[in-house]
Amino acid sequence: MHPAPSIILFTALSGLGFGLLAFLGFGQPGVEGWLAAVYFALAFAMAAGGLVASTFHLGHPERALKAFTQWRTSWLSREGWLSCAALAVMALYAAPVVFAGIRVAPLGWLGTALSLATVYATSMIYAQLRTVPRWHHWTTPALFLALALAGGALLSGVIWLAILLLLATGVLQFLAWKTGDARLARSGTTLATATGLGRMGRVRAFEPPHTGASYLTREMVFVVARRHALKLRSIALVTGFLAPALILVLPFSHALAALAVASHVAGLLILRWLFFAEAEHVVGLYYGRR
Amino acid sequence: MTDLPARTDRRLGLVIDLDTCVGCHACVVACKGWNTENYGAPLADADAYGGDPVGAFLNRVHSYEIQPDQGPAQLVHFPKSCLHCQDAPCVTVCPTGASYKRTEDGIVLVNEADCIGCGLCAWACPYGARELDPAEGVMKKCTLCVDRIYNENLPEEDRQPACVRTCPAGARHFGDLADPDSDVSRLVESRGGIDLMPEQGTRPVNKYLPPRARDAEIDVLAPLLAPVAEEPRGLLGWIDKALERL
Amino acid sequence: MHRQPALETSPKVSDEIRKTTCYMCACRCGINVHLKTNAEGRKEIAYIEGNRDHPVNRGVLCAKGSAGIMQVTAPSRLRAPLKRVGPRGSGEFQEITWDEALSTAVEWLAPIRAENPEKLAFFTGRDQSQSFTSYWAQAFGTPNYAAHGGFCSVNMAAAGIYTMGGAFWEFGQPDWDRTKLFMLFGVAEDHDSNPIKIGLGKLKARGAKVIAVNPIRTGYNAIADEWVGITPGTDGLFILSLIHELLRAGKIDLDYLARYTNAPVLVNSDPSSVGYGLFLRDDDGKELVLDRRTGKPAPFDASGVQPDLAGSYRHAGTSHKPVFHLIAERYLAAEYSPDRVAPKIGIGAARIRRIAAELARVAFEEEIEIARAWTDFRGQRHQTMKGRPVSFHAMRGISAHSNGFHTARALHLLQILLGSVEVPGGFRFKPPYPKPSWAHPTPHCRVTPGQPLDGPHLGFPQGPEHLALKDDGSPARIDKAFTWDNPMSAHGLMHMVISNAHAGDPYRIDTLMLYMANMAWNSSMNTARVIEMLTDRDEDGDYVIPRIIYSDAYSSEMVAYADLILPDTTYLERHDCISLLDRPICEADAAADAIRWPVIEPDRDVRGFQSVLCDLGARLGLPGFVTEDGGAKYADYADYITNHIRRPGVGPLAGWRMGDEGLVHTGRGEANAGQIDSYIRNGGFWMRHVPDEAAFFKPWNRAYQDWAVETGLYDAPAPYIFQLYVEPMRKFQLAAEGHGLRQPPDHLRERIKTTLDPLPSWYPPFLDGHADPEEYPIHALTQRPMAMYHSWGSQNAWLRQIHGANPLYVPTAIWDGHGFADGDWARVSSPAGEITVPVVHMAALNPETVWTWNAIGKRKGAWALDPDAPEATRGFLLNHLIDELLPEQGDGMRWSNSDPVTGQAAWFDLRVKIEKVKAPKEAHPVFPPLSSPVPKPPATLRRKVAT
Repeated sequence: MHPAPSIILFTALSGLGFGLLAFLGFGQPGVEGWLAAVYFALAFAMAAGGLVASTFHLGHPERALKAFTQWRTSWLSREGWLSCAALAVMALYAAPVVFAGIRVAPLGWLGTALSLATVYATSMIYAQLRTVPRWHHWTTPALFLALALAGGALLSGVIWLAILLLLATGVLQFLAWKTGDARLARSGTTLATATGLGRMGRVRAFEPPHTGASYLTREMVFVVARRHALKLRSIALVTGFLAPALILVLPFSHALAALAVASHVAGLLILRWLFFAEAEHVVGLYYGRR
Repeated sequence: MTDLPARTDRRLGLVIDLDTCVGCHACVVACKGWNTENYGAPLADADAYGGDPVGAFLNRVHSYEIQPDQGPAQLVHFPKSCLHCQDAPCVTVCPTGASYKRTEDGIVLVNEADCIGCGLCAWACPYGARELDPAEGVMKKCTLCVDRIYNENLPEEDRQPACVRTCPAGARHFGDLADPDSDVSRLVESRGGIDLMPEQGTRPVNKYLPPRARDAEIDVLAPLLAPVAEEPRGLLGWIDKALERL
Repeated sequence: MHRQPALETSPKVSDEIRKTTCYMCACRCGINVHLKTNAEGRKEIAYIEGNRDHPVNRGVLCAKGSAGIMQVTAPSRLRAPLKRVGPRGSGEFQEITWDEALSTAVEWLAPIRAENPEKLAFFTGRDQSQSFTSYWAQAFGTPNYAAHGGFCSVNMAAAGIYTMGGAFWEFGQPDWDRTKLFMLFGVAEDHDSNPIKIGLGKLKARGAKVIAVNPIRTGYNAIADEWVGITPGTDGLFILSLIHELLRAGKIDLDYLARYTNAPVLVNSDPSSVGYGLFLRDDDGKELVLDRRTGKPAPFDASGVQPDLAGSYRHAGTSHKPVFHLIAERYLAAEYSPDRVAPKIGIGAARIRRIAAELARVAFEEEIEIARAWTDFRGQRHQTMKGRPVSFHAMRGISAHSNGFHTARALHLLQILLGSVEVPGGFRFKPPYPKPSWAHPTPHCRVTPGQPLDGPHLGFPQGPEHLALKDDGSPARIDKAFTWDNPMSAHGLMHMVISNAHAGDPYRIDTLMLYMANMAWNSSMNTARVIEMLTDRDEDGDYVIPRIIYSDAYSSEMVAYADLILPDTTYLERHDCISLLDRPICEADAAADAIRWPVIEPDRDVRGFQSVLCDLGARLGLPGFVTEDGGAKYADYADYITNHIRRPGVGPLAGWRMGDEGLVHTGRGEANAGQIDSYIRNGGFWMRHVPDEAAFFKPWNRAYQDWAVETGLYDAPAPYIFQLYVEPMRKFQLAAEGHGLRQPPDHLRERIKTTLDPLPSWYPPFLDGHADPEEYPIHALTQRPMAMYHSWGSQNAWLRQIHGANPLYVPTAIWDGHGFADGDWARVSSPAGEITVPVVHMAALNPETVWTWNAIGKRKGAWALDPDAPEATRGFLLNHLIDELLPEQGDGMRWSNSDPVTGQAAWFDLRVKIEKVKAPKEAHPVFPPLSSPVPKPPATLRRKVAT
């Protein structure tokens, strides 16, 4: 799949934002007043900013409100509702925390639940797609949630949990790659089933329908060189998980914490780039490319 | 709503004969022409005369080479457009309800006024049947020429998709695949029509007729060439007798 | 929960449908052009579809036809007459008025006509108005006129006409509704495009078998039930081997051969006699056969005669044998046995035998019979029509070789031996064919200053006496057509015009006038060299070819190399006639012709070239183009189409002519002022059905002959027999053997003896003997893609997305052998040049052949495409590897790279070698960009007629 910057930015930022909100809803960090305001502002900025970024890839952003109508069937619609609900509940929860130092815990727990549900809905937009076997798996929501939680823990300064979550997410990501690499091959969808010509012999794409590009090839057929991908994976694992976890083990300083966060965010962006770039859509089979 | 209808009254669709398609792209361009001028926004072409032209097309013809275990490689031309699936994943993923499947005939359409151009339906389609228009930013797809097949301004015989009407080899057939007695259903029955990517669970309405067996190395004809003569003189003698008999 | 919006399922389709004839290729399909009135109240084209009533396409339309809308709106359309202001080849022009353009042309042409009309060479690429353009050229008086047939398919046309009075393409068609076995030779998207697809569709629907003989398995060949991936240039040998097997087994139609062919005609078989190899004729010149009833010679067409195939006859001390003896002696020889032939053609001997057996089985065991009585030319009544349901079609693949004429002849011989021509289930002629070679004109070349030529330029020579030679024996024509180099060059040799004019051989010309022929690019062999010739200057600094006038509708590469451009209209803005005098649209069951008419008006200052010729003709005072008082006879081409009378009662259009009692539909009658309107009302065409009784056996069927006379196709019934043995060829051989007054130059004698063989023969493609097959082991071919088959379609915004670049397709053995991988490039070279191009693997390909799509590659700056267009950066022409002359050999001569009989350009003889190279930035050779005479195109197309 084409790794569109707007979508990479959206999923990465909103995941972090909702991850932080999830912790804030749970009372972590236990801040009040202006410090709380900073935390909430950061979380809201990332969550809402991500949502705004996601509209950049729309053909008609001015019609975005229509996306709230199909919550019964569409994960994208559900994501819209859940994110709004999460942001609204968290706003209600945040106001007394910031202005009065009062924490209405059940409202926070609801906010936490809605934030995580939003991340889950986002992940399901991808995980539901049978057409992208790498995504169509429980590891996709698991990873989105784990990344949101690890990022949330990191941002909210729950250090030991953050270390644990970072390492666990790293392992989960590694597993997701390992199993995901073979998933298209195992999906049963091949050029032979795509064309129905498999029974005649070995099928090979000959001439594409157009000599130039098309929306399909630009959007759905993106090829990353294997060596390039392996390198990026290693970098992402190190910067996204190992490095922040190691930094967190060191004696605390704000500079180091910022470094850990920066490293994690950098790793996260690489991961998301790979998430899209490495995802092979079955339509690529028709073009002899995967 | 983007729910799929529980059932449709008819299942209109195409049957594409891979044994007959010569790969001429006539259907591609007839489709482009009709749907540029008709349903929804015109099908635009970005960089139309430039180095990287990309236009929206609703129907494209691939070609595949097949190497059988025995005999020479074969080439198959392979037109592909929306298959109007019964379990159309493109419909259910749509967040706005712009994508829908019609109850009366099962045609999958995009209501362009509701389309936000998020592209998710195109991602959900395993067949590459949907393309975002490069100028209008809405999703375009085969409408099965819904503005032709019922069009009272067209003569009865022309009420069929533009691609079917134009196909020079007659490799495209249009009809109701829910009706077991329709011409298309019979064709699918007699020629062993198949689904594309059945494992995707989309239950496509359009069917493909596989190519007939080719390059059969039969040799039961040898007696037909039993020589009557090896030399010109012998042949002329044989001819003399043969002409007598005529 | 399901909700769906209300939908308008009956939108208005258009405000008006105008029916005309397509010109996106040469197929001439009927089209319905849907027009809508736009916001400004002007009619605009909204949609183009096929016309269901039209005999050619019956409603269907190909990709090109449907993309016509992008052709008519193409930014590459020329806008006004142009005068060259930069050097030739720069593309620098100034737009001028028509007045200036036409007076310039007259200024150039009038002195030529007055002094030496041969100094004008007028050649047309687009040639659906040949009967008109040749009429103009004849009136001008120049012998130098032809259309593009010489580099297209003259081998096919000439072989068919000389053998059986018609060939494939517009001459005839398989009996698609009845044939049971169809064999296709060397056909890509050649003529004729939609009818073949429709026909193949019919065969597929019936489950009839299709065998495709082609080195490349694409398109029609891909859907064939059996593919014969033959080695290029060896089809003739394959066919003669099939004939060998069929003769051996006696699987030939003796009755048919005896009745309808010259197989029984007696040939002088005494090598020592003067008329050796010529027919025995009676005092009236009628060929004689032995009548089985009497055992005595009789004219072949005498009432009741039963021609014999076996006996021989001694006359005045000279022995005579029927043609059939010669056939038996020739083709039973072991050299044609499958075992001997197989290694040369890349097909196993068993396979050759099986295909022969299959032909025999279908022809003789699946005979069909139609209950229709008819009467033959000898007066015999037949109660039924019997047919052998085997049919064939062939085109450029066998034609564009230096042995193409004989290969096409061999194929006709095979058809005829099987008795499958003009019978149910076989191959059928389309009126005005059948028409034997001697019923066509012979070439004319006598020039008189200020006067018309002495007759039509092109024709079918019946012997050396018809060659276009001057009194001193030198070629009369600039293209050297109808000379000893290629005596039967019925379509001229357009591909030789520029190089001969440049060399001043046989003489210098003053003005070259071309119509829609992209000679500076894909329509020339060795493009780079032709560009040099067009821009070469003499010692005085003047161009060696002094003046070039060119008419084209688009900013093609050729435009840049002309001095004066007369901008043509697009096909939807003009009048045309697809005439019975020319290349009509007939079907086997009907005579038909058609028109084009301006369904929209040009929005630029352009004029149809034919109208411009009417104007020029009048300004030059050409007979036929001026009235008695010296005024213009025709206001425009439409006026000519309506009012020109070619023969009594016969004009360009056969429909709605004026009889004594009003309009007639028979084909003959006086001019009718409302004729074009009648065509428009009828959908743009006219059709007259062949009566059932006349539908088959046309050359021999009295009902057909009478109907053809009535329709104006012939002036008197002219039944004839098929010419398995072509006597005029023997006459050229006799000259080469030293007989007769007109003698070939000595260096050509041996070649004429071999290649002007009156029976079909096979010899290896000439280049095989000139290019070292060890060094250049690979055959290289081009094909036209179905979605875009002439260069004039390649700027089309829709079609260029389908074919925007062309790779070289490489077979598996060569691919693996050179270690190619996806994305690789190769240097391809021949004795004539080299190119560097992208390669793609293809398994369904003859193992010794590479190929590419033709005419995709474009020159930067042409066709209003961006200079970085893939056509100009990755697209390429194979033309750079082909020379119009063969490489020099021991004899010090550079022989023409063409068929020695017809002069057909031998494009497909090409041999190359291939090497893997590092990918360059662009395909080589790279030419400097032309400056474009038209404005820059828009970036995004988003067209809908707003109403």
